[in-house]
Amino acid sequence: MLYAILCYHDEDFVGSWSKEQDAAVMKKLSSVQEKLAKQGRLGPVARLLPTTAATTLRKDDPPLVLDGPYAETKEQLLGFYLVDCKNLDEALDVAKELGAANPGGAYEIRPVGTFAPGGAVT
Amino acid sequence: MSETDAAWIDAALTSARPQAVGALLRYFRDLDTAEEAFQNACLRALKSWPQNGPPRDAAAWLIMVGRNVAIDEVRRTRKQAPLPDDDHAISDLEDAEDATAERLDGSHYRDDILRLMFICCHPELPPTQQIALALRIVSGLSVKHIALAYLVSEAAMEQRITRAKARVADADLPFETPGAVDRSERLAAVAAMIYLIFNEGYSASGDTAEIRKPLSEEAIRLARLLLRLFPSEPEIMGLTALLLLQHARADARFDSDGCLILLEDQDRSLWNQKLIAEGLALIDKAMRHRSSGPYQVQAAVAALHARAARSEDTDWKQIDLLYGALEIMQPSPVVTLNRAVAVSKVRGAEAALAMIEPLASRLANYFHFFGVRGAFLMQLGRNEEARVAFDRAIALANTSAEAAHIRMHLDRLMRDSGPKGKKAGK
Repeated sequence: MLYAILCYHDEDFVGSWSKEQDAAVMKKLSSVQEKLAKQGRLGPVARLLPTTAATTLRKDDPPLVLDGPYAETKEQLLGFYLVDCKNLDEALDVAKELGAANPGGAYEIRPVGTFAPGGAVT
Repeated sequence: MSETDAAWIDAALTSARPQAVGALLRYFRDLDTAEEAFQNACLRALKSWPQNGPPRDAAAWLIMVGRNVAIDEVRRTRKQAPLPDDDHAISDLEDAEDATAERLDGSHYRDDILRLMFICCHPELPPTQQIALALRIVSGLSVKHIALAYLVSEAAMEQRITRAKARVADADLPFETPGAVDRSERLAAVAAMIYLIFNEGYSASGDTAEIRKPLSEEAIRLARLLLRLFPSEPEIMGLTALLLLQHARADARFDSDGCLILLEDQDRSLWNQKLIAEGLALIDKAMRHRSSGPYQVQAAVAALHARAARSEDTDWKQIDLLYGALEIMQPSPVVTLNRAVAVSKVRGAEAALAMIEPLASRLANYFHFFGVRGAFLMQLGRNEEARVAFDRAIALANTSAEAAHIRMHLDRLMRDSGPKGKKAGK
């Protein structure tokens, strides 16, 4: 089954990492990713730009465009992975491995319902 | 790399600082007390976090601990005092203590940080003191670190900051929750201060660029923080976009000798595409508000440069129009001078030169005026006049990189004005 691993973290904290700290985290993460990719289990991976670049569309009538992320929380959605895992335990293992790369924050693990890379969901 | 590594704790303390010191300042209404309370809380964090793990909400932890330590401190000195005659102050403290469970409230948080930034923008403080104070109080850079960036001794910087603090303390600190008008005035002052910090880093010459780069990066961090607090302010989007787009070129701006490389000669593959993407996204968002302002216009100019894959792809016509808009919003000879550069690309050096002639008296001591004037004259083949302008520019240069850059033009002039003299018309 395909799982989405959604990465939440305090943006102020991530923004205060030194370049070296950021690079060290990315290097550790990429070694986990490489392993998954070799096993053919890794789907798309994204690191999102800061939430200051985010815009939210509320589907009111007429739709309302708001600046900023959808949720005003201490921790923000900063990126995500799609990983093929047998079950939740395996997905949690992957998340734990990713989590070892950097302190703080949280991962939300969500089984994917429909995945249509480049295609329409029917 | 464990969660409790000193470097990570350091980053957590840095990121929590504006919020924590801002809140402590609201409680104690005194900058020194707030800073001391924060320092004490940090010391406790360094002891407690490695053992117990960092708290989920570092800022809330630091505020609570900082406040309690400071209140204990006041209590202790009170017990030693012979006659506690100030009942009022004591009941104040108890009120504060009752609120220990107070969760951080979004609106407080926002105004706390804005206030902390705003007190650094006191109009009586000269820009250099505003910047030093902000770097010390808001960013929490050490005096040593700031002194290094300014190439002055630690003692001199310490004195500068102490003086600035004294001045701020004498002024009435604005503690009431600001109204909409006050808030937007504070926002504008803080934006200008962040821009100043950025420029300290950006205007460094080749030999000091590396050492001052952290100032630009810190300004970007503060701009992002401000934008997160005020996500719908188009001018704050514009400011942040402007800083990101300018900073994206940092690695291409100097050659290995520390000489300035002009925009058109820069190796664009060295531009930081991630920063550019973020800057373009922000300017895109800002435009939707249809409420233009100087930062947005300058960011739009920077965006046009960033979008041009090669220097010859630059949309100078649009840049000319944008500077025209900026001239109306913020009339200044420097803006006109910048516009003239765009005009020279669109309508030629003759028109551009005519445009800057009236600025001569107001920019008589401005390095860039003579640099630009010399370049226009050189394009027109008026080499003798160009040389005079370049000589004047060198005399006015602020950094060795600026002087070296003009000297390069002069050398080219010397080479070109051989026996055949000027080249016709181009």
